[in-house]
Amino acid sequence: MRELIIAELTQALQELARGFAYYSPRLVVLLIIALVGWVIASLLKMLVRSILRVTKFSKLSQNAGATQLLNQAALPSSTELFSRFIFWVAWIGFVLLGVSVLKIAGLQEYTERFFLFLPRLFVALVILFFGLLAASFFSRAILLAAVNANLRSSRLLSMSIRVIISVFALSMVCEVLGVAEQTMRTAFGIVFGAIMLGLAIAFGIGGQNLARQFLEKRLAAGRKDEKDEELSPL
Amino acid sequence: MADETLLSDDFLRQLMNVGEVDILVGLSTYNNANTIQPVIRAIQSGILKYFARERAVIINADGGSQDATPELAIAASIDDIWNASKVYALRTLHSISTRYAPTPDSGTALRTILSAADLLRAKVCVVISPDATSIEPDWLQRLVRPITVDKFDMVSPLYRRQKFEGVLMRNVLYPMTRAVYGYGIREPYASEFAISGRLATDFLSSEIWNDDWGKSGAEICLTVAAITGNYRVCQTFLGTKGQPERNANDLVAVIRRTVGSLFASMDRHFAVWSVISGSQPIATIGAESEVTPEVVRVNRKRLRDMFSSGVAELKPVFESILSETTLAELRIIATLETAHFKFPAELWAKTVFEFASSYHKAVINRDHIIQALVPLYRGRALSFMLENRDASGDEIERSVEILCGEFERQKPYLLETWADRK
Repeated sequence: MRELIIAELTQALQELARGFAYYSPRLVVLLIIALVGWVIASLLKMLVRSILRVTKFSKLSQNAGATQLLNQAALPSSTELFSRFIFWVAWIGFVLLGVSVLKIAGLQEYTERFFLFLPRLFVALVILFFGLLAASFFSRAILLAAVNANLRSSRLLSMSIRVIISVFALSMVCEVLGVAEQTMRTAFGIVFGAIMLGLAIAFGIGGQNLARQFLEKRLAAGRKDEKDEELSPL
Repeated sequence: MADETLLSDDFLRQLMNVGEVDILVGLSTYNNANTIQPVIRAIQSGILKYFARERAVIINADGGSQDATPELAIAASIDDIWNASKVYALRTLHSISTRYAPTPDSGTALRTILSAADLLRAKVCVVISPDATSIEPDWLQRLVRPITVDKFDMVSPLYRRQKFEGVLMRNVLYPMTRAVYGYGIREPYASEFAISGRLATDFLSSEIWNDDWGKSGAEICLTVAAITGNYRVCQTFLGTKGQPERNANDLVAVIRRTVGSLFASMDRHFAVWSVISGSQPIATIGAESEVTPEVVRVNRKRLRDMFSSGVAELKPVFESILSETTLAELRIIATLETAHFKFPAELWAKTVFEFASSYHKAVINRDHIIQALVPLYRGRALSFMLENRDASGDEIERSVEILCGEFERQKPYLLETWADRK
């Protein structure tokens, strides 16, 4: 009995030693890859940060309304956030690359999935950014046009445009990421339909006078009294 | 040099038939059938009376009129003038019409006229608005003589105006141009003017034609090019300015092609204007300005409401463009009733300068910046009207002079915001 225990222990120790002998160089390789990856990711972060500063990305993000959202959430600036994102994606990529050296069954599959997911994540972020940019641009354009045309509820109109475009962009992002595709599609349809129906009811029933005023203004643009109301600028 | 690809083959053929000329008169038209013939007849009379020995051509650059304006322009016969005045030209007076584009574009129209002037080696290029119904034949000699006799390169007009006409000119374009470029040119965006062949050729090769803002307000860019290029500029009194039909919706387009182009020009000429302080008068022939006291019907309440709602609704836009103090002051003004409404000159100058700096920095889309100025301009226009309701012509002039002084005084602030604004 005693001999059996000793034999088992010896075998276990030998296997542990073999395992250690097998994994320790790979672990060292993993650590080296992680370290090199950290250096490369840090350099990449600095490079991205410089490029974003040169290309005035923060201004673009301010125009998109992203800066405002980040400030409200007490997050760092868009330039900092994006460069940090690049750092983490690059470093995690290197770490997973290192982990794959360990050849642990099951982990390799996750590593592959991660690398396959990266392009989709990038596309989703680009869609989100440009979606916010478009929402901000068009809502402001509508607001200015409505104010200069002396339309009432110009801010409501502008806000509706912003919501519609943002929801549209968000649903596209979810579709690209493969997150609750069906739910998002249905939710988008409901939100979009509800907004349109709401606007139609508000404009058609609640805003009869506004609609009349608007149509009269459009159809009788050349009326004399309208012309006389403006001072000649030149 | 003229861009010959801009000119159609047919137009080039017509120009070649004309040969070299001394005077080229250009009209940029779009649906001006009601006014084009009297204007062309006045031009023809002016040429016959004052420049009978000179080779002259009238060129109509049309932007796709649907009311037969080009046909009417060509049909305006010189025979009628001969019969009426008993004065005969010693040279053939040519009239040419070309359609430069299917839709109107003032920049392309001016470029077409200048290209023709360059190809025909015109000594003087005169541009007349087809809406200038008050034109007299002697406008031609007032515009041309300073160039042919006194060797000026640009002759800008001065007009007799109604009390509350040209509000944008008096409240933004004139004071801003004067403060920024240091020249007291009264009509920086002129609808009637004359330039030398040399300036026309040089301006054609400028970079403004590659820029949308420059192209849309080519007239103001031409004035700025003349000032900054050290050309000899003068202004001459023409007479009463005819007012074209106007529409409330035109204001945004007008501000876009005048103020927008002026702001864009500041970007290009920063090195020139940043070292200028104060202003100097330019040579003036005839009266400096005349004001007639006709009453203009304006809905003051509507102007005030559009200003107030603009300040309230565009708050998020103004927060990107204006400083906190300026915006706070505007919000106070927006609460004033029409009877007590006042948009002080000091605040107006500061506001316009902050807009110019924000335009330079492109804090938001540049077209949005220009559109955001419209409600504020309405407020200033109302204030100008209320302040000068019972004022005489001289008093209005003094009021404009005070505003110009304010713009000049605050120029260091413009330079500061231009450089530092985040």
